[in-house]
Amino acid sequence: MGLFDRHAGLLEAYRGVRTTGADPFQIRMERVLSPTEAIINGKKTLLVGTNNYFGLTFDPSCMDAAIEAIRAEGTGTTGSRIANGSYNEHVALEHEIAEFYGKKHCMVFTTGYQANLGVIPGLVGQGDFLFIDADSHASIYDACKMTQAEVIRFKHNDPASLEARLRRLDQKQEGDKPGNRLVVLEGIYSMLGDSAPLKEFVEVCKRYSAYVLIDEAHSLGALGEHGRGLCEAAGVLDDCHFVVGTFSKTLGAIGGYCVSDDPDFDILRVTVRSYMFTASSPPSIVASVRQALRTVKARPELRKQLWDNVATLYDGLAAQGFKLGPEHGPVVGVHLPDRETTIAFWRAMLDAGIYVNVATPPATPNGVSLLRCSLCAVHTRGQLEHMIEVMTGIGRQMGLLPPPKIRAAGGL
Amino acid sequence: MTWTAGFATRSDGTVGKNGSEACETLRNKLLFHKESPFLSEEGLSDPGPEIALRTAHQLTVENDGMADSIVLPRAVSRTDVIREICQHLAPFQIGEKPITGSTVIAKDLAIDSLAIMDMVMELEDRFDVSIPMNVIAEIHTVDQLADTIRELRARN
Repeated sequence: MGLFDRHAGLLEAYRGVRTTGADPFQIRMERVLSPTEAIINGKKTLLVGTNNYFGLTFDPSCMDAAIEAIRAEGTGTTGSRIANGSYNEHVALEHEIAEFYGKKHCMVFTTGYQANLGVIPGLVGQGDFLFIDADSHASIYDACKMTQAEVIRFKHNDPASLEARLRRLDQKQEGDKPGNRLVVLEGIYSMLGDSAPLKEFVEVCKRYSAYVLIDEAHSLGALGEHGRGLCEAAGVLDDCHFVVGTFSKTLGAIGGYCVSDDPDFDILRVTVRSYMFTASSPPSIVASVRQALRTVKARPELRKQLWDNVATLYDGLAAQGFKLGPEHGPVVGVHLPDRETTIAFWRAMLDAGIYVNVATPPATPNGVSLLRCSLCAVHTRGQLEHMIEVMTGIGRQMGLLPPPKIRAAGGL
Repeated sequence: MTWTAGFATRSDGTVGKNGSEACETLRNKLLFHKESPFLSEEGLSDPGPEIALRTAHQLTVENDGMADSIVLPRAVSRTDVIREICQHLAPFQIGEKPITGSTVIAKDLAIDSLAIMDMVMELEDRFDVSIPMNVIAEIHTVDQLADTIRELRARN
């Protein structure tokens, strides 16, 4: 049997994708011109499918900080944090992130994926219990496979579903030695852009003595009065025992972190394998991320610009009859009937000079297929209105939208 | 099935755990009535007083204006569980091939891993059990799923 035979089913499905036109998984950015524009297939294309929420990848101060760091310290650390890869700047970044959240400790990882992979198994093991939202990110599901703790899923964003499972655990554990309970939530879910009812979740966790870990990958900068995310916006920052985040979205680079007030948190530095046995972030990334964090703090108007753009796109598409997610969010998911339609729509948009992401099962919850549009603070109103126009045209052509209302003359 | 308790609910709103006389009467009715769902299908047997008290959360109180009646759902038999599983799997049936106890869920049906986990979540709520993900990973057939659910219910 060939090594790749077990992927035969996927290969078949994938062939189907390729025959419908361009392959969304093989797009090449020939040149990236700005946070919102790139050359794709030889044509200038509007980018509405990045996670560049504040557009900081081209912010001059962030770029200068990175360039400066390369000149001062070279292109890479070539070592792990527990060997030669901890520079002053890595430690300074950790202190600055901890201070940003008002927490005592912070651990920085080379990628956000590694942060989840490392922290979650570091916190729970044999005899413990892990509760995760059904729509959790792949990194959280993978982290679950790496621990001996019992893992139980609850319905997406449903505190009652979590409560039922915690209650069952309480009933079962009469007389047993109770293990620790850790509940993993996300601030903004990456597919539909909806947020967790965090206050209700935290109440349930308190009632059943469960620790809370919240992954704020998409919410840093976007939510909260100071951009600290959903835990700040919901007023429960003190009740979130662990906050995990990433540098690859609002902060415009790559990397991850976890903050906590737990006095023993630092022991994780000598037990978490995805921290110990991997190279640390290059100095340029540490520098640009530190500057991006300063920018998030110093320029709250970027948050307002982002949400103004969210409103423009969300409301504009809704008005034309597109089926969207439940609420405004930096990610606007447009539901389409099936995978083939979605890919055809995506291809039509690309041909018209607009790039968005495609998400289809099994990567999406509930078997939905969607176009995933993510907003940037530096998108212009004109760009988004043009996008709505193009999408409406394609939608009508494909018979997916109700026809435009015809206004009778004379008020008949 | 309904038993009319013939007494008002206690002042703290609970239904018996401390053995007041009325609650003892009720408990005995629940256990020893020939139609009691606590008796197993195979024959009359007394599963013990703990069972009635632990399932209190499944009891609902209905009032018809004259008396409180405690309503108990039917006990869950293996056939019940299999039937419920098959109902949930029906949308994923391939052609006319019937869904039986030996159906291998991931192979004999048009269902992906996420949909399997979502279906299991529905069954967890229907039967009030929690099935850890590592246990789900070891379940392949409808029979195995039914046995796991019944096993977990029995442990509670």
